[in-house]
Amino acid sequence: MVHYLDHAATTPLRPQALAAMQAQWGQVGNPSSLHTAGRQARRVVEESREQIAALIGAKPADVIFTSGGTEADNLAVKGLARNSQRRRVLVSAVEHHAVLDPANALAEEGKIVELIPVDALGRVDVSALEQMLDDDVALVAIMWANNEVGTIQPVAEVAGLCAARGVPFHTDAVQALGQIDLDLSDIPSVALSAHKVGGPVGVGALVLDRDLAVRPLVHGGGQERDVRSGTLDTAGIAGFAAALAADKPDLAPLRDALVDGVLRVVPDAILNGDPVDRLANNAHFSFPGCPGDALLMLLDAAGVAVSTGSACTAGIPQPSHVLLAMGADESVARSSLRFSLGWNSAPEDVDALLSALPAAVERARRAGGL
Amino acid sequence: MRVVAALSGGVDSAVAAARLVDAGHDVTGVHLALAEKRYAGGGRGCCTLEDVHDARRAADVLGIPFYVWDFAQRFQETVLDDFLAEYSAGRTPNPCVSCNQHIKFAAVLERAQALGFDAVGTGHYAQLVSGPDGVELHRAVDPDKDQSYVLAVLDQAQLRRSLFPLGDSRKEHVRQEAARRGLLVADKPDSHDICFIPDGDTRGFLRERLGLGDGPIVDTESGRTLGQHSGAAGYTIGQRRGLFLEQPAADGRARYVVDVDVPSNTVFVGPPTRLRVGGLRVDRLRWTAMPVASADVLVQIRAHAQPVPGHLDGDAVVLREELSGVAAGQIAVFYDGTRVLGSGRIASTTPWSERALG
Repeated sequence: MVHYLDHAATTPLRPQALAAMQAQWGQVGNPSSLHTAGRQARRVVEESREQIAALIGAKPADVIFTSGGTEADNLAVKGLARNSQRRRVLVSAVEHHAVLDPANALAEEGKIVELIPVDALGRVDVSALEQMLDDDVALVAIMWANNEVGTIQPVAEVAGLCAARGVPFHTDAVQALGQIDLDLSDIPSVALSAHKVGGPVGVGALVLDRDLAVRPLVHGGGQERDVRSGTLDTAGIAGFAAALAADKPDLAPLRDALVDGVLRVVPDAILNGDPVDRLANNAHFSFPGCPGDALLMLLDAAGVAVSTGSACTAGIPQPSHVLLAMGADESVARSSLRFSLGWNSAPEDVDALLSALPAAVERARRAGGL
Repeated sequence: MRVVAALSGGVDSAVAAARLVDAGHDVTGVHLALAEKRYAGGGRGCCTLEDVHDARRAADVLGIPFYVWDFAQRFQETVLDDFLAEYSAGRTPNPCVSCNQHIKFAAVLERAQALGFDAVGTGHYAQLVSGPDGVELHRAVDPDKDQSYVLAVLDQAQLRRSLFPLGDSRKEHVRQEAARRGLLVADKPDSHDICFIPDGDTRGFLRERLGLGDGPIVDTESGRTLGQHSGAAGYTIGQRRGLFLEQPAADGRARYVVDVDVPSNTVFVGPPTRLRVGGLRVDRLRWTAMPVASADVLVQIRAHAQPVPGHLDGDAVVLREELSGVAAGQIAVFYDGTRVLGSGRIASTTPWSERALG
């Protein structure tokens, strides 16, 4: 029995999403085709688009389907900045690599990329941002909620600030979707991903104000508003909508039980991130003196799946840039684990963690290496 | 036993891990990240991604858990720093020996034990045999692949926690076994280069790291400068090729590297008679079991050199057959038949002409 506490990485497919996709997989029809079969497929796509838009307080016409959150972030960051004569790009220091790496790519193209600092809880410093804003800023990107430590950012405040200064604002809401009731009506650019809410991997969306001009990344048939090309994934999009429409349990009580339990069985553990303004499914701790990767391995062997928060493709744990930006030193950044809950999490999952954790911490501490 | 199988991404370690699984052990595959960030393809530094991939796929085929353990910093601080320090001191180190001593059977073993494992298994070709004074380290059955030399620095405590499942096998059978087991690395070429110098240009690496410039190649017989070299470190005693002497030696005979002085960045060349060695003095002695004060031994000075008979007495070795091209810093391994007794680092040599047999 695996106790899966890594829902922030990906969460199991919701049965509603599976059913919606199964209903489409047997059908033929390219949503861009003009015949009956094509129109049938297009109808599924458009109904899904409208359903998703309604659930997040957006206009259907603003929803641009992509291959996932990473593509949505890339399209927004590169597409908006490249379309602007302005030179500066401001991104928070705790962004996901799906935003940081496109920003770095822009830096190679001559843009000036600057990091917006965060406080010790991982919350962006709005007054610092205010100081940084001027007429030469092409884009501000601040995530809705952090994928590692769970801190929720003052997105509405930042959006208002940017709007007042005439600066396009993009937010990566991949972790926030499904955890927070989103109202995107005043946010010009938002990246979403289906699989974080129990939809399929490989589907996402950029929700982009129609009056924001963006330069495409992928050229082809121009299927999505001439901004994004590629045959639309009818089944995947239907699965995305069904997953988002499914009832969401309130995970905060179980998360609070997890946090209390961890602090009880490992008293010197440190809860990272904002204790109040945080995602309901996220708990993130540092375990002083414990290499996170050793702890992960020991918990894995005990049937509990957790995350160190950031690893490169080779599987080598890197000190988290999020924790470093929050002012943690490298050894703390290497001694951290993220526990994240999802729609099918149960108290038994937390119990399994709490029973395996003390011995794992003790062993990992003996392994040292920090 | 709970065993960490070190998976390099090559065929040997994959088959070794498979045999550990077959033997009934509870096996966890671990790939060691040792390389520096300069291998990285992109912004975030990583090790050689292809090897990690191959190791991961081998673990998948065997149905064992797989993790990457990052020892890059420890590797840098021990093996790499030692490698550079030895070359700057004019010695010729063996980084594989150093890695076994400091990383694979030290740092990895310590971490494994702390995390509840009993032993570390690798794809080295060597045999472990129970004997009257503990675990004995012996040569592998396959003489072409025997790696007992690079393991000779392991002590009894390390050997007791080690497993070498390939020691009784020949390489071609290991490859056949890999193919039979469906391991995709069955045809992967053997690695020969120093892992942290993937392009094989040791001299270029040393030149860059040690900041060496060009210097003279001096003939020991005439004292004349015969040419220029591109950084003294990395020239090997006994080396003849690649010297590109601008003028022949006065006696018209071939010249070999007979000494390297890194502090003055000078390479000395001389006739082959200068290379004949009759005695060794060693330091950093290490024993696989009980220390040996005095014994007739077989002495091997490189991973695939022919061993020669000699007499070991304290830190001195008198050879009964001459060795050629011996550099300070090389590891001398002492064998009793097929058994490794221990090893020492060669501190100095004495010429064959001056040897004094007791």
